[in-house]
Amino acid sequence: MARLLQARRLEGTEHNPWVEYVNLANEYKDAVNLGQGFPNFPPPDFALEAFQQAVSGDHMLNQYTSAFGHPPLTKVLASFFGKLLGQELDPLTNVLVTVGAYGALFTAFQALVDEGDEVIIIEPFFDCYEPMTHMAGGHPVFVSLRPSPSQDHQDLDSCSNWQLDATELASKFTPRTKALVLNTPNNPLGKVFCKAELELVASLCQQHDVLCISDEVYQWLIYDTHQHVSIASLPGMWERTLTIGSAGKTFSVTGWKVGWVLGPDNIMKHLRTVHQNSVYHCPTQAQVAVAQCFEREQLLFGQPSSYFVQLPQAMQRCRNHMIHSLQSVGFKPVASQGGYFLTVDISNFKSKMPDLPGAAHEPYDRCFVKWMIKNKGLVAIPVSFFYSGPHQKDFDHYIRFCFVKEEATLRAMDEKLQKWKAKLKL
Amino acid sequence: MFLAQRRFCFLGNKTEFLKTICSSKILGFSTYSKMSSKLKNAKRIEGLDSNVWVEFTKLAADPSVVNLGQGLPDISPPTYVKEELSKIALVDNLNQYTRGFGSDLGPCPCAADGKTTELNPRPCPFSLESSCLSSVTTAVLTVSGHPSLVKALSCLYEKFYQNQIDPNKEILVTVGAYGSLFNAIQGLIDEGDEVIIIVPFYDCYEPMMRMAGATPVFIPLRSKAVCGKKWSSSDWTLDPQELESKFNSKTKAIILNTPHNPLGKVYTKEELQLIAHLCIKYDTLCISDEVYEWLVYTGNKHLKIATFPGMWERTVTIGSAGKTFSVTGWKLGWSIGPHHLIKHLQTVQQNTIYTCATPLQEALAQALWIDIKRMDDPECYFNSLPKELEVKRDRIVHLLESVGLKPIVPDGGYFIIADVSSIDADLSDMMNNEPYDYKFVKWMTKNKKLAAIPVSAFCNSETKSQFEKFVRFCFIKKDSTLDAAEEIIKTWNRQRSQSGQNV
Repeated sequence: MARLLQARRLEGTEHNPWVEYVNLANEYKDAVNLGQGFPNFPPPDFALEAFQQAVSGDHMLNQYTSAFGHPPLTKVLASFFGKLLGQELDPLTNVLVTVGAYGALFTAFQALVDEGDEVIIIEPFFDCYEPMTHMAGGHPVFVSLRPSPSQDHQDLDSCSNWQLDATELASKFTPRTKALVLNTPNNPLGKVFCKAELELVASLCQQHDVLCISDEVYQWLIYDTHQHVSIASLPGMWERTLTIGSAGKTFSVTGWKVGWVLGPDNIMKHLRTVHQNSVYHCPTQAQVAVAQCFEREQLLFGQPSSYFVQLPQAMQRCRNHMIHSLQSVGFKPVASQGGYFLTVDISNFKSKMPDLPGAAHEPYDRCFVKWMIKNKGLVAIPVSFFYSGPHQKDFDHYIRFCFVKEEATLRAMDEKLQKWKAKLKL
Repeated sequence: MFLAQRRFCFLGNKTEFLKTICSSKILGFSTYSKMSSKLKNAKRIEGLDSNVWVEFTKLAADPSVVNLGQGLPDISPPTYVKEELSKIALVDNLNQYTRGFGSDLGPCPCAADGKTTELNPRPCPFSLESSCLSSVTTAVLTVSGHPSLVKALSCLYEKFYQNQIDPNKEILVTVGAYGSLFNAIQGLIDEGDEVIIIVPFYDCYEPMMRMAGATPVFIPLRSKAVCGKKWSSSDWTLDPQELESKFNSKTKAIILNTPHNPLGKVYTKEELQLIAHLCIKYDTLCISDEVYEWLVYTGNKHLKIATFPGMWERTVTIGSAGKTFSVTGWKLGWSIGPHHLIKHLQTVQQNTIYTCATPLQEALAQALWIDIKRMDDPECYFNSLPKELEVKRDRIVHLLESVGLKPIVPDGGYFIIADVSSIDADLSDMMNNEPYDYKFVKWMTKNKKLAAIPVSAFCNSETKSQFEKFVRFCFIKKDSTLDAAEEIIKTWNRQRSQSGQNV
């Protein structure tokens, strides 16, 4: 064919940096894969049972369900999250079920971001926000979380030290700003934005009449004494916030690809329009299972047997294990407050091994990760992935590990680290 | 830069800062209470919010209504398909993200000698690195689908295409065929492009085109005069001169749907050759929606336009698990085509949903393997379903004729349309500005408890009047549903002969 094939909206969205790392991880089969964010332990029994029931039950569950969400699911999401957000939620107008939280993000961008609109993205950011902004014709405007030197020189840095400069943030808002994307707990850092920080974001969104897209997929994975706050629950924010959640991260079933958006009807109706013109229906049976899981959690909310209590407790242990092990080799972890990931400072290695193989101008963290996979058998993800092009060099001394893994994997990681440590001593 | 404090995760001067913002003359308190004007929709969805299904699904939801409207089977999917999904639901690790990127999938398990090769399609229950996936050698730049599924699809469709189909580069698994249509349109159609749509059309084609900023160019199928014989979907054709007149240098693509929804038309070799000729002449893409490809009735053959000379390189062919295995709720579909086209659909995928649900993809792969191995067997669902549906088709043709409706016998698909103009329904209390068939369907649902879909829902505004006397019925329904429809028809008939009126 002679003519140009692809649509212009794909410009700036084609590149997928993940592929190289996924392929490397597959190639080095002995490497312990702490890269991509998914659990390698089974989902909880009640989730497996729910899905098993859904697929062996009424044969009509093999057919289409309601387009905007399977009624039992939208009903329980409305009642569950209504309580948390302090809103009376209508399952038909305030809830939309999507293909994963990824699909929810896409639907939101397409519904609301127009050609020329600016979208404020807080760095480091889950990498899809940028191409999704481009595909909607928008311009991403980045503002970085920055680590400030810790006051009491503790050994362990915390992501509470990573903060937004209030003046800088305010300066990013212009008359063209349509939306701000918030991710709390944040991927990759693991920062849990506290109420005061959210109030700042909220006040700016209200002043500038900006929409807040709040990606809260890790909302149950909160560690230590931190608390997750949904910005939609702050005064004046419900009417301008879309809150995105994920069954995959909530119930450790990333492969079910069920997500949702909660928001006011006057904004949600636009997401429904995109949804009915893109996927229309989501698969039925996974929705049936997720509904059942939420019904169970609704009954057990706050109790010790709640998965929302047990999972973060278990993952906190994994996080602590990983922090301790990585420190022994000279990594400097930034203790995450929530989520699946640990961001780790590799400055020590950068100063000792500044010239690792890699393409010209390739950020150091990417060279380091490739070297580490091949030579040390550990897979991580370079944090420069989660930064906009111009800022990658400033943050090229961090890599991201996923600690939501079973015991055996963490022990395998320990073995690799011990070998590494032994070599360092020589 | 404000000082950080460990316990309080916020910067010290917040209160001062907020006071500064709040008292700013530029901003003022009034913005807080004003109804926001910025929080409105993006232009791309302007005018696309209405949807025929929402209205008619609600109408048919009344349990006393026999629903022959929306195209979803109420028959059970085949047992082995359900069983595969049940088995897969017991495998822990299939509940996480699939390895959506390409990988070397080794030799095809459906070896001619029937022996199990080293490639065992059964998933290893203990690891995602199942024995069926050999080592990775190919780096592929974008997502394609669950490895065992793209492999099964390539094995299946290679039987129909001259060339081998690369499972990683020439296939994409999507959220239903609907998702494939969306990806194809978003990936390949630009603002200002023209796209030819044949009327009547599956209703999403037009809004999807508009969302991509394209201009749809419509051409209706027209019926030739039918004397003496049964009215068939094959009587509806495109006028060749009219069709060519729709092509010009701005034409990016034509959407083909065969077997056709709602007519049931199965395009013939000559018809496809004409379309192919025009696509090549005007250097146009073809998006071929073939979701009903297995549902073709006696005397007809489904042909793939992508297999015609010069067409593989310019065609994206779309299929559907929902229609293939009667599992519409699994929402899995696929696009097949040359890499230079599929890669753009893959780019869209990685920026929209990234991957589809894993357990469903694995179950679909297993179901496909079962039927791939017995393609010539009458037990193969690709053969048994059309046989089962042909009986239902003939039954519904008879039923519709018996009440004075004029059905058009479909050569394929699971819908049938009928001309309802001979019925003198009293539609006076229906909304005036609606097309006739909308009013008729509402009247029929309310008064006869039989639901259908108005065919003008499948038309653009200019052609609605050409099709407003037609109503669409779905016949992929279990016998008891068709029995109930028969009862309604019989009662309707009795009422007509008793009243002496044609109602």
